[in-house]
Amino acid sequence: MSSKLERLSQTLQQVFGDTLQSLVLDRGEVTIEVSAADYLEVARNLRDHEDLHFEQLIDLSGLDYSTYGNAEWAGKRFASVAHLMSVRYNWRLRLRVFAEDDGFPVLDSVCELWASANWYERESFDLYGIMYAGHPDLRRILTDYGFVGHPFRKDFPISGYVEMRYDPEQGRVVYQPVTIEPRENTPRIVREDSYGDVGHG
Amino acid sequence: MAEIRNYTINFGPQHPSAHGVLRLVLELDGEVVERADPHIGLLHRGTEKLAETRTWVQSVPYMDRLDYVSMMCNEHAYCMAIERLLGVQVPERAQYIRVMFDEITRILNHLLNIGTHALDIGAMTMVLYTFREREDLMDAYEAVSGARLHAAYYRPGGVYRDLPDRMPQYQANKFKNAKAIADLNANRQGSLLDFLEDFTERFPRYCDEYETLLTDNRIWKQRTVGIGVVSPEQALTWGFTGPMLRGSGIAWDLRKKQPYEVYDRLDFDIPVGKNGDCYDRYLCRMEEMRQSNRIIRQCIDWLRKNPGPVITDNHKVAPPQRENMKSNMEELIHHFKLFTEGMHVPKGEVYAAVEHPKGEFGVYAVSDGANKPYRLKLRAPGFAHLAAMDELTRGHMIADVVAIIGTMDVVFGEIDR
Repeated sequence: MSSKLERLSQTLQQVFGDTLQSLVLDRGEVTIEVSAADYLEVARNLRDHEDLHFEQLIDLSGLDYSTYGNAEWAGKRFASVAHLMSVRYNWRLRLRVFAEDDGFPVLDSVCELWASANWYERESFDLYGIMYAGHPDLRRILTDYGFVGHPFRKDFPISGYVEMRYDPEQGRVVYQPVTIEPRENTPRIVREDSYGDVGHG
Repeated sequence: MAEIRNYTINFGPQHPSAHGVLRLVLELDGEVVERADPHIGLLHRGTEKLAETRTWVQSVPYMDRLDYVSMMCNEHAYCMAIERLLGVQVPERAQYIRVMFDEITRILNHLLNIGTHALDIGAMTMVLYTFREREDLMDAYEAVSGARLHAAYYRPGGVYRDLPDRMPQYQANKFKNAKAIADLNANRQGSLLDFLEDFTERFPRYCDEYETLLTDNRIWKQRTVGIGVVSPEQALTWGFTGPMLRGSGIAWDLRKKQPYEVYDRLDFDIPVGKNGDCYDRYLCRMEEMRQSNRIIRQCIDWLRKNPGPVITDNHKVAPPQRENMKSNMEELIHHFKLFTEGMHVPKGEVYAAVEHPKGEFGVYAVSDGANKPYRLKLRAPGFAHLAAMDELTRGHMIADVVAIIGTMDVVFGEIDR
């Protein structure tokens, strides 16, 4: 298995060279990172190159790195992570690309390469507000009709901003500001790296 | 002459053949579908966001509620993702138990799918028979976890407890006399494994019964043959997996191609379709049930011979035994830390996928070293399948839309998340 992943890493290095910002082999998975400018071209090559042949886009998801770890996040905030799979060679790849502008994140759409990207990009747009240039139909998909905001961003509260109820006087369903407070039973804790190893009890 | 206009109708969100809350906006030219626009998200609960605010173990029961007809397979992918991040080994017996319950789940899922698919397109009887068998398997769920549906049985590092030695029994009540109860309890006298073995002996005969009802049924074939044809190229570009991909003739199954747990030691075959239509996918699912039956039998044999631990003894991940916790200081501390703060998962990211009954169910977990996931993305097979709805239904009659929804095996718990 590992020799296969090494072969994949070598092929990737040969095909893309300096275009790759990073190539990581961790826990039996290969992750590559490219710049937003190269994204579409790299994706096209990944699909069409004879020695790579990633004919399936299994998954694509948005990511908001703004509260990652304990320290202040220095890099760009929004990323789009695609999981590709090749049925011919039986290998997988993770492709990450960061959007340049944190205020208005825009990335190229890969819809023309893999049809499955259509809904995944709509989802990522809906939940994170990442724009996909060239997407044929970039509408919200999971949230309510008329929803405001992008709920999976880290600054969006878990309880949301509005709640819905039936108003008997008006005889219809109305929206109102939420009446519940977010509650945290177990605080989020990031320990130092060696925490929990032998010697720490 | 009167002006002819296309007709737009709403299919759902509450429609019995929509298998949940699917709102489908159909543009019709007469009875022919010109465009289908599925509106999803009516069951969106934000599982992924909720998971970010809970410890790793607290999210296990949320996984049951994703695809609520194949509960344990969802948990499996989630636990596998955590185990890979941690680098924890799962005891062999737990791996066999997981595989056995994955296959039980596969049968459960396919029984529901075939039964309700037949119900949707006019064969009332099927669903009565398939639900009869589902009952037995849900009893197995209940025996092992206490819950018939939302089991929360798989845990990071193994499974929650070993298989029970005794099956729960029916008790006499005012509706059933002693003799009826004795008949019901006849195959529940031994352990769970005895009960399951009895089931695997009966099940191939039941499959034959289903086939007599459907496989050569003229109406069933008229409704499914040549409907919703997916070419292999289409299946790949739309990210299809599972029976939707195999029905189109691509022999792809993660259990064979990227084996996890103990699938590489088990003997089973992968059925593949030829034409990529609804009928071929039905045949695939039928054969998968028989193969799952084979796998369950092999697991039962192994589990009988090999007792052992079912969860890892690394107490940073799994709680210690209750007895030890009561008598041992160190174990008490582990217990306390695990149930208050939860486990810490090292920095990193991982994508763990299992061959779920519907296709590839994947969990993409990103950890920043905290006691909660930083990001959890659930890759639901039904999401990718439903995305192709427009392309698959275009040019079909409106009645075929129902056949296509049925063959996709959509469940909104996992699509909307």
